[in-house]
Amino acid sequence: MSYLEYNVKRVPSGLSKVLYFNWPLFLLLCTVAGAGFLMLYSVAGGSLEPWAEPQIKRFALGCVVMFAIAMVPIWFWRNMAGLAYGISLALLVGVEVMGTVGMGAQRWIDIGFMQLQPSELMKIALVMLIAAYYDWLDVKKVSHPLYVLIPLILIALPVALVLNQPDLGTALLLVMGGGIVMFCAGVSWWYWGVMIAAGVGTVTAVFSSRGTPWQLLKDYQYRRIDTFLDPSSDPLGSGYHITQSKIALGSGGWTGRGFMQGTQSRLNFLPEKHTDFIFTTLAEEFGFVGAFSLLTIYVGIVLFCIVSAITNRDRFGALMTLGIGATFFLFFAVNMAMVMGLAPVVGVPLPLVSYGGSAMLVLMVGFGLVQSAHVHRPRGR
Amino acid sequence: MKRTNKDNETSISRVTRRSLVLGGLQLGVAGVLGWRMRQMQVEQADEFRLLAEENRINMRLIAPERGLIFDRNGIPLAENAQNYRVVIVREDAGNVEDVLNRLRQLIFIDDTEMERALKEISRRSSFVPVTVTDQRTWEDISTVAINAPALPGITPDVGLTRNYPLGQDYAHVVGYVGPVSDYDLSKIDDPDPLLQIPKFQIGKTGVEQKYEPDLRGKAGARRIEVNAAGRVMRELDRDPGVPGADVQLTVESKLQNFAEARLALGLSAAAVVMDVRTGDLLTVANAPSFDPNKFVRGISVSDYGELTENKYRPLANKAVQGAYPPGSTFKMLVSLAALEDGLLSSDETVYCGGYTVLGNRRFHCWKRGGHGRMNLDQSLQQSCDVFYYEMAQRVGIDRIAELARKFGIGERFDLPMSAVTAGIMPDKDWKRSRYGEGWLVGDSLNASIGQGYVLSSPLQLAVMSARIASGNAIQPRLVKSIDGIETPVVGADPLDVNEGHLRLIRKGMFSVMNTNRGTAFRSRIDRDDLRMAGKTGTSQVRSVVVSNSDVPWEQRDHALFVGFAPYDDPRYAVSVVVEHGGGGSSAAAPVARDIMLYALHGELPPLESYPSGERGRVEETFAALELRSDFRPSRSGRSPA
Repeated sequence: MSYLEYNVKRVPSGLSKVLYFNWPLFLLLCTVAGAGFLMLYSVAGGSLEPWAEPQIKRFALGCVVMFAIAMVPIWFWRNMAGLAYGISLALLVGVEVMGTVGMGAQRWIDIGFMQLQPSELMKIALVMLIAAYYDWLDVKKVSHPLYVLIPLILIALPVALVLNQPDLGTALLLVMGGGIVMFCAGVSWWYWGVMIAAGVGTVTAVFSSRGTPWQLLKDYQYRRIDTFLDPSSDPLGSGYHITQSKIALGSGGWTGRGFMQGTQSRLNFLPEKHTDFIFTTLAEEFGFVGAFSLLTIYVGIVLFCIVSAITNRDRFGALMTLGIGATFFLFFAVNMAMVMGLAPVVGVPLPLVSYGGSAMLVLMVGFGLVQSAHVHRPRGR
Repeated sequence: MKRTNKDNETSISRVTRRSLVLGGLQLGVAGVLGWRMRQMQVEQADEFRLLAEENRINMRLIAPERGLIFDRNGIPLAENAQNYRVVIVREDAGNVEDVLNRLRQLIFIDDTEMERALKEISRRSSFVPVTVTDQRTWEDISTVAINAPALPGITPDVGLTRNYPLGQDYAHVVGYVGPVSDYDLSKIDDPDPLLQIPKFQIGKTGVEQKYEPDLRGKAGARRIEVNAAGRVMRELDRDPGVPGADVQLTVESKLQNFAEARLALGLSAAAVVMDVRTGDLLTVANAPSFDPNKFVRGISVSDYGELTENKYRPLANKAVQGAYPPGSTFKMLVSLAALEDGLLSSDETVYCGGYTVLGNRRFHCWKRGGHGRMNLDQSLQQSCDVFYYEMAQRVGIDRIAELARKFGIGERFDLPMSAVTAGIMPDKDWKRSRYGEGWLVGDSLNASIGQGYVLSSPLQLAVMSARIASGNAIQPRLVKSIDGIETPVVGADPLDVNEGHLRLIRKGMFSVMNTNRGTAFRSRIDRDDLRMAGKTGTSQVRSVVVSNSDVPWEQRDHALFVGFAPYDDPRYAVSVVVEHGGGGSSAAAPVARDIMLYALHGELPPLESYPSGERGRVEETFAALELRSDFRPSRSGRSPA
């Protein structure tokens, strides 16, 4: 609604939109993806197969998708938010019904040419819908209890389904992604105070319910939390991942062992070295310098999103950009915290670096939307 | 709904404020992450580097080469043979069944071996080499090697396995090794890490078991780089360990082979040959025997069943484990006890009327009609029982037992063989503690002719004759040296027995073999410089006297013989027990003589050493020996005949 109040004529049109792209952001994304290709090449023992090459192809496809989305005006995407959410929710229900079982959790749905993870799709769709919701909502009603409840329900529906899969990591990401959009939209501080109190209460409930018939989490989820709190208690059992990961990461030192010289990842001590734990390989081979550089680039991407949002006078565009940037931030922050032993192992990939089709495509779609918001942002008055 | 500009401005500034808060929070979290990186990778890097080294380097044990066992002349009795085997690595093979079928077209592998291999392959990780078949010939291995391109994942391989080149000759003495079992591990408090190696071979019986700590050696180690799945990436360095010590035995292989084969002409027997001066056991022979190599490879259930159910007990080391009533071979000790106590003089005679009456019971002499007047020499020569009934009553069991123990009866010799028996040398205290009953004079009478409670092993009987022959308290010795260090000769000191009395006993034993009324006259050695002295024994298994040929094997008498030679300057003592063989003079004495002659000549003795009337029978015996596959007359010669 708000968009048409601005001077549409000042929005670039046609192929000239390319000039208004957030090119620095794109270059940062390419840098991160490039680091990912290098690491996948390294963990495969110096081979493009089986991971690096498909990953490159997917990134190329992702770039095409990103540009395509960026060319389409942002208001079109805003109108699509409800549809995207609906489809994602339907797919989430779909995996409950016909999903194939992978890693003990139903997360994938086979759509012929690739396996789709609807929870990934939902991460973007939820951000879009809540951003669109606050775009629509009268600014004065933002902190009205009824209008706070609506987005909470919108968040709760997919979270419930994802928890049921069960996928604790994604559920947390959805809650936080949606919550951040609400926070940026200006929901009163009072709610956040109440929420923090509720969060503390939930954690207490989760732990006190353990061992009782109505316990809230799966046993393996409790065990993951246990091993997070004390990985050395079971170094060859469930604490194995964290311990090995820390050894690899720590042994990297200042400058690392050198490209393709990481003994820990080379010798298979690292679990899932090409997916969730790929950061340890990078940290082992390129040391603190490499690991910190990657962190800096990630932070740079997030900062570019924030700057883009602040300079964007369109509520939907700004909120969505902030939401997607925050989701991206949560990905790498949780992943890095996990491999460094600061967070429990929850199965969150390192964005654009970990091997995996769904996550990469969804992120590129997300950045396509960010670019679209950036290109089509209202300028001046 | 129309939004006012003011609303819009409020909204934008609010979003901007909240964005800045969010960005601040995110930077904070990123700062924590960066700080953590610095802490782990810069401050604690050395610690983690160390852990990483430990992670990637793994120690693998190397089994040391097991010590060898030799006979006194350096002939190997137990060696480590190259074991040619064929191994398969599943992940290299691709289609395992396909490859194995192709392998079977090249070399023969039976179905059970194949099944075992397939089971093993499916259990192990795909990169672990699994033995498909072992103990192959060099030809088989070459065939596999030549066809390697058609057999992906298959490699010919060579390892070490225990081999007993003399097969059954030393099955009981040397024993055998086998894969370590859970039971073995449960008996050991502080297990050697080597025992954790799957199928590690340890001594199960005999010298192999008793000298296990010396033979085994010290584990070596390889430091290897492994990955988390345990796959060996490369070897960093290697410590080969310390090979086990070699053990040299006192046995003499040619003699052992002859004795085993000679005994095996009968059904079930044992023989011991001992050097009178040093106590060296030249032969500890048993018949029937078995092939210890079968146990090394893992004996089949049916083969094992055959061995355990065989009534001639091939698994038993009867020479040291068997406890038999010594029968008349015990008589020397009874008369010696009488002489020592001054209760008998050399020319004194006792009348034998065929029996002795004790209370209302008759104790018969083996000769129903009686021997008439007997002096000491004649009593041994003709093995008169009544003479010894009289001696037993004069001396009493406790004094007899005391003397008999000086000659090794009832003593458990400390030899590295399994289950060496102490036998039984009974006395009054023994019977009271064992049966809670008092000793009866009748018990003494039975004991005096080596019956009743007295039990002794062929080893003890050999020690007895060696001590009679030498007058020294010689101890049997089976191990000549360990790792080149000689084991000392023990007991070359004179016994506390009157030498004149011993001479009388030796003379009586001489009469047994070299006077025509002697019970072993036909088994004499017909060479003046090699004359043999000895004593026959026939010990009853049941009390009723029936002709031996009429009763089943299990109920026949044991035939025994002890002796030494040459009479003038004794070198070897021998004892032979033929289980349920009948009379000692017919069943045991000829065997003992043959073994003694072989020992004296160091090879198959010339016929001239035998009495002329016996040569035909001896030729038959030798001919029968030549037919035996386990007899190797041509093998290993100090002096080729």
